[in-house]
Formats: sequence, C-alpha cells, structure tokens
Amino acid sequence: MTVVDKIAPDEEKAGVRTSPRPTLRHRLSRWDVKVSPYLYIAPFFVVFGIVGLFPLLYTAYVSLFSWEAGDDDPAFIGLDNFKELFADTQFWNALENTVSIFLLSSVPQLIIAVLLAALLSARLRGATGWRVGVLLPYAASLVALGIIFANLFGPKYGLVNGLLQTIGLDPVDWQAGRFSSHAAIAIMVNWRWTGYNALIVLAAMQAIPKELHEAALIDGAGAARRFFSITLPLLKPTLIFVTITSTIGGLQIFTEPKLFDAMPGSNNGGSSNQFQTVTLYLYQTAFENYELGYASAIAWVLFVIIVLIALVNFFLTGRLTAVKKK
Amino acid sequence: MTTLHSVFKNGGLKRGVSALGKPRRATYVVLTIFVLGSLFPFYWSFLVASRDSGMLTERVPPFLPGGNFFANAARVFDTVPFWKALANSLIVSGTVTLTTVLFSALAGFAFAKLRFRGRNGLFVFIVITLAVPTQLGIIPLFMAMSEFGWAGGLQSVIVPNLVTAFGVFWMRQYTVDAVPYELIEAARVDGCSMIRIFWNVCLPAVRPAAAILAMFTFMTSWNDFLWPLVVLDAGNPTVQLALEKLQSGYYVDYSLVLAGTTLATIPILIVFLLLGRQIVAGIMQGAVKG
Repeated sequence: MTVVDKIAPDEEKAGVRTSPRPTLRHRLSRWDVKVSPYLYIAPFFVVFGIVGLFPLLYTAYVSLFSWEAGDDDPAFIGLDNFKELFADTQFWNALENTVSIFLLSSVPQLIIAVLLAALLSARLRGATGWRVGVLLPYAASLVALGIIFANLFGPKYGLVNGLLQTIGLDPVDWQAGRFSSHAAIAIMVNWRWTGYNALIVLAAMQAIPKELHEAALIDGAGAARRFFSITLPLLKPTLIFVTITSTIGGLQIFTEPKLFDAMPGSNNGGSSNQFQTVTLYLYQTAFENYELGYASAIAWVLFVIIVLIALVNFFLTGRLTAVKKK
Repeated sequence: MTTLHSVFKNGGLKRGVSALGKPRRATYVVLTIFVLGSLFPFYWSFLVASRDSGMLTERVPPFLPGGNFFANAARVFDTVPFWKALANSLIVSGTVTLTTVLFSALAGFAFAKLRFRGRNGLFVFIVITLAVPTQLGIIPLFMAMSEFGWAGGLQSVIVPNLVTAFGVFWMRQYTVDAVPYELIEAARVDGCSMIRIFWNVCLPAVRPAAAILAMFTFMTSWNDFLWPLVVLDAGNPTVQLALEKLQSGYYVDYSLVLAGTTLATIPILIVFLLLGRQIVAGIMQGAVKG
C-alpha cells in the first residue's frame, strides 16, 4: 500500500551517499512522487469535465430557455419547457414506445441469457468455439444491423413475411403496427446482446463453488432444483448488474428505430410515430427542428427516468432473487 | 456418441457437476441452432449483396451466394465516399484506442499503486460516472464543438472519447494484482522516475488487460453512430454514416446497401474470429471483477 512512504527513506540515503547535489535530486524526486499521480489521472477528469459533467449541467441550464439553434439572445422561460413537455402527447408516446421496446427486449433477453449460460457452463467440447459463436452478433455494427433487419422485416419482400406465408400465415406489415414494430426492434436488440449477457452470466456461474452443487447432488437435488436453489440466488449481483446496464442502454435506444423505417430517411420512427423513441425524439427536436431548449428538457427528463428505473431495477432484482433463496 | 464419450472422459458424475451437469446431445443441438441464428443475418446480407435486388422479389429466395458481390461493392464506392469513410473510421478508432489505453493505464497505475490525497474518493467518483449516460449531453457538447469550430472535423469525434471511465476502472482492477509493489520499489531504489516506472515496469505487466481494452475500444468506436451523425457532415463521414447514407434514398437498392454493410462488417468479423478467445475471456473476466 505505502510504496511511496517506504521508498522515501531509501531515496534519502541513496542521495546522501552518492550524489554530489543531494538536495536538487531529492527535491525533484519528491516532487515527482507528489505530482505524478495527479498528472496521470488528470486526462480522465479533464475529458469527463468536458463531455460528462459540463454537458449535464449545461443541458439543465439550456432547458430553462427558449433556445433555438443560432439564437444570440435566447429568452429565459423558466420551467415552461418542462410544463410543455409534460403536456406533449408525442413525448408520452415516445416514452411509451421506449419502455415497451425495452421490456420486450430485456425480459426475454435476460431469461434466454441465463438459460444459454447454463448450457454453456456444461463441459462442452470446443467450449471457446461455442462462446465465440454465441458472441458473434456483438461484432455487428448497429447501423449494418438496422439495415439488415429492416430488410428481413420488409413488408412486401421481407424474408420473415416470406416464411410466414410459406407456413400458411398472413404476412405482417412489421413497420406499420405499433406492437409489431416494437417486437421487430426488440428482436434486433436481443439478437445483438443475448450472447454477450450470457457470457457475463456464465462467468458468474463458474465462480459458484462446485462443492455447493456436489452437496446438493448428494442430498438428492435434481438439475432443476439445483438451478433454482443454488445457481439463481448466487447470480443475484450479476443479474442486477446486467439488468441495470441493459436498462441504461435500452432507454437510450436510437439507432435501431432510426434505421427501421420502411421509408428510409424519413427519420420519424414510423408514419404515425409508432416506434419513435425518446432519444429519437430528442435527436429530431434538437438537430432537425433546432429547438435546443426543448430538446434539453427532454434530455434531462430522460436522464431522471433512467436513474429512477435503474434504482427500481436494483431493488426489484434483489427482491426476486432473495425470494428464490428460500 | 459425443455424450457418452465426454462422460467417460470427465470421470463420471462428480467431476462433471456444473450448473446443469454434463452436456447432452440436446445441449449441442440448441447451441448449434443458436449459433446458426447468430450467423444468419450476416449470411443473408452477403447473400443479397452477391446477387441483384431482383432476388428479393422471388417467392423462395436462393440460398447460395451469386457472383455479383464485387460489382455491388464497386458501386458502393461510386455512391458514397467509402474510401474516405474507411480512412476516417480508421483514424478516429485508431487514435481513440491508443489514447484510451494509454490514459487508462496511466490512471489505473496511479489508482492502483500510488498514494495520494483523495485517491479513494476520486476513484469512487469514477465508478459513479460509469452510470451517467453521456449520450444525453449531446446538445451542449454539439454547441461546444460548434463554438470551437470543430463541428464537421474528426477532432470533434476523437476528443470526447480520449479516455473513458470504464477504461480507467478496468486498468485499475487489473493493475492491482498484476504489478507487485516490490518491483516498483526496486525501480525507485535504482533511481527511476515515476513515468519510467510506469513505462518499463507497469505497462509490460498489464499488457493483456491493455490488449482487451484496446479491442473493445476499437469496436465501440468503429460502430459508434449517434454522435458522429450529430457532429460530422455527409462529405466527411465515418463508415457508419456512409452506410446510413446508402440506405437513406427514396428507393433502396438492397444489393447495394447490403454490399456496404458486408464491406463494413467483414474487417470487424475477421478481427473478431482471430481474437475471439481473448474477447470472450475479457468479457467474462470483466464480469467477475465488476
């Protein structure tokens, strides 16, 4: 722990013994020891100040103004942006869409990830190969992915509808419906992230002491019983971690809905905003309509919502896994 | 066959115990289906890219690639400034990766091995900032970039990503175990300055963690979309922006667009297949430590 403290006396002795200019060398070295740590951590704090803290606070400031892009003298309007926002049906619609897409993606994703991790934790031949295979989608770019899935879910010639028709079902106009578009976007999200989360859960599973499983086995517990009584409760911290990260990511979803439009380039999140998300609305308000003040209000409300939902998640996940412990 | 063999090899029940016990054939079947599903969208986009868009109107699409991939790829370069986009993405991701690894390793070294006032408090602060979604700050950040006259230039994408909280956290966790105090003390006794100790003692010891951080940073930066979309213009795009531009016409030529996505994905996919083992190890290690 105390390298520096331990080193200092040695340094002094060495200095006295050998150097003709002990004081200068000694002083330089002391200075080096004192200042270096701050220099080494400085880049992070400078960058965070510029891209994290300043924007967060300045967003709050801008949200109090009627601020259009290029405005020299924006008018201070207090909380009017927020009042307007709470009465804005388009915002509530976007929020509903975001939550709906988030739930449709994160719930099945977590369940599948845990099951997949259980499969991967068996003594597989070529274990690494399977893990890499499961993680492949993580390498895809979101933009490429958005384009590919928009094509697969195309209303007229999409492969998914082709399959549906082949097995005798009616084709679905995926982009047109509210629920169907949410489901399609959620599939896109799940496709990319399930394997990644499975690996995180797998790592936690492997950290569970083998003795616990062996003891349960001797007591006559079957695979399912051991899974619910040992594995799941001990995964709690990891599940909380995965849930919170997917919440933060899920509530900011942007690229997938932006590229999912049947009429590319229209950017609306659907003809009647049926899959417009909050971040998409924020982007349009700020960078297409140039209402920076209003967009800042959206950003802050979204930030608060993310923090709140992350907290709720934290307690909820704790509860659920605690109950299973019994 | 497989199952029987592995049971035999693993020495029966006791050693084979894990979450769900020994793998059965069903395990392999489910995993195979999953991996095929993971691969399918990549394959599909290559399939369309190697034919012409006419294939999409066929009731039963062909299952083997055609011979038009290079023609379609050539059209990608004619339609959007794809070379420039590739160069831009390389410059941005390369620079960001280098600085992130270097600055994170430096800060990680300081937090793990050096004593200074406020060390614990500052580190906790960094961990908390992990939870702050920086995406939400794009409006003032955009205003700042315009103010500096950086909007449209690559520096506007590079500077905000010079170093990340995750990088610092990651390197600190690794440095704690990887660099023994004795080595640092020995170097100090030999009269090394702090920065030489970092360079000659710490950095070689944390190379595995630095390599994993480099891969993640590169992939994240290469795939970034929202911020470049806000701050760059169509004449100076990254690969992701060029892809989006390909798709954003009124009429979408999917053979062209998916040739673009294939071109953009192949390099990352190759890196991924070559370094897959390390990437997997990195994700799993991070999960246990985090």
